[in-house]
Amino acid sequence: MTIEPTSDTALGGAAGPRETTGSRGSRLLGAATLLGLVVLGVLAFVLTDPDVRIHPTTGDEFGQFDAVRLLYVHVPLAVMTYVAFGLCAVASVGVLVRRTPWWDVTAHAAAEVGTLFCGLVLVTGSIWGRPVWNTWWEWGDVRLMTTLVLFLMFAGYLALRRTTGDPRSVSRRAAVVALVAVLDIPLVNRSVEWWENRTLHQQSTLNDLKIEDLTLFTLMLGFLVMGMVLAWLLLHRFRVGWLEQAALDHSVAAAIVERRAETPDAEVRRSVGEDPADGNGDRS
Amino acid sequence: MSALRAVLRDIRLVAARDLRIEARSRVVVDQVLPFAVLVLVLFGFALDADHRTLRTFAPGLFWVAVLLSALLAVQRSTAVDVADGTGTALRMSGLPPVARYLGRATAVFVQLLALEAVLACGLVVLYGVSVEDWLLLVVAGVVAGVAVAAAGTLYGALASGPGARETLLPILVLPVLAPVLIGATRAFDDALGAAAVDGWAWTGLLAIAALVLTVVGASAHGALVED
Repeated sequence: MTIEPTSDTALGGAAGPRETTGSRGSRLLGAATLLGLVVLGVLAFVLTDPDVRIHPTTGDEFGQFDAVRLLYVHVPLAVMTYVAFGLCAVASVGVLVRRTPWWDVTAHAAAEVGTLFCGLVLVTGSIWGRPVWNTWWEWGDVRLMTTLVLFLMFAGYLALRRTTGDPRSVSRRAAVVALVAVLDIPLVNRSVEWWENRTLHQQSTLNDLKIEDLTLFTLMLGFLVMGMVLAWLLLHRFRVGWLEQAALDHSVAAAIVERRAETPDAEVRRSVGEDPADGNGDRS
Repeated sequence: MSALRAVLRDIRLVAARDLRIEARSRVVVDQVLPFAVLVLVLFGFALDADHRTLRTFAPGLFWVAVLLSALLAVQRSTAVDVADGTGTALRMSGLPPVARYLGRATAVFVQLLALEAVLACGLVVLYGVSVEDWLLLVVAGVVAGVAVAAAGTLYGALASGPGARETLLPILVLPVLAPVLIGATRAFDDALGAAAVDGWAWTGLLAIAALVLTVVGASAHGALVED
């Protein structure tokens, strides 16, 4: 994205226009993330074993077979969705309390990346569910429903963000929407325990360490890599948002200067309540 | 105690103002109520069903019709303030934001009750529904009405700012009301004998949702009034 703001000091760089949201640190993070994704892909889709179990009485094979490989991506994505929306909630509180652009841009970036992750959670879950549950979508599953509602609420948040009102007003309204939306996260997370009979999702196998060795390692790597993807996306989305703010400020300032230049000095002084006779013609 | 009495008086003031506007403009009576009945009729056409099928789906159709009609009522309620500036006047009146929010929500709630009553008559007449548990039907209808009014009033304020469009309200409020739709439908399933579920348990969940939405709405409204 190419924007030329008046200042980019918030991005940690020297004064002057930037033409990229990248920096040395973010490029290193991006390279490490790419490498991590490759390693995760090899481990998840090649080196780990499929989930094949033998029925103790009939001797038939059962399990998730190769579909289990998707869980190395799906579960970390779900956890990082919570992280992103949690960050959005914290930043939204910051918007309402501190009212600084930093919190606002952070909330917007976290919501956008979180919505992307939440959408991927729904898609990967649906693809996984087709062979394992024999359906793309299960209406009776509470976790699916609450996740879909979470996704839709943040889709509404992003729609509100795209409205063209006073930016400060929009950010306050969006903060309220985000704070209501994150109330759904505990429902999503605890649904398998609270509504045991109304979910096809299994309870956590990680807490009881029911998985081990390469499977556990791959899942842990999945959390790390998806965390890096989240951080990288957040970093860049934050910088884009900050540059957008700078560009907006710049265009408003330029418009004011332009307007003042085409208006007689005495008229400007009169419009702001000053005595036109005091003017010396020097506009600063 | 006197502070609570003052807030209650303010709530009554705002609610009476909104209801007076509605009584004079008659938008809910002339437009929203016919729309709600029309939705019931269209469901009948779309399903092309006999009375037995319609009775099975009646609870869900009822609450979908309520939600769609509630959107119109809430949009109308907020549009009045934006159009002629009475919202600004109300903000400058010195009434506390909590009283303004609860007063407005109360007015929407009263309108929703009227809407639900008309739609319930529609279910009986058009779908041939019979009520098995009147108390559950009324309690679930009232509690769900509180939840819809609380969320509708909050999101109506959120979606009515400068630059916002009419299409924003449904996108914002319907996902929030999805749990209310589920709970109210299950409760009505029991009350109308459409399915064997514990309607009172669902009504309890509805009450929690109504309480949470009302508290969040009353708390958040203060942050929005400076707009």
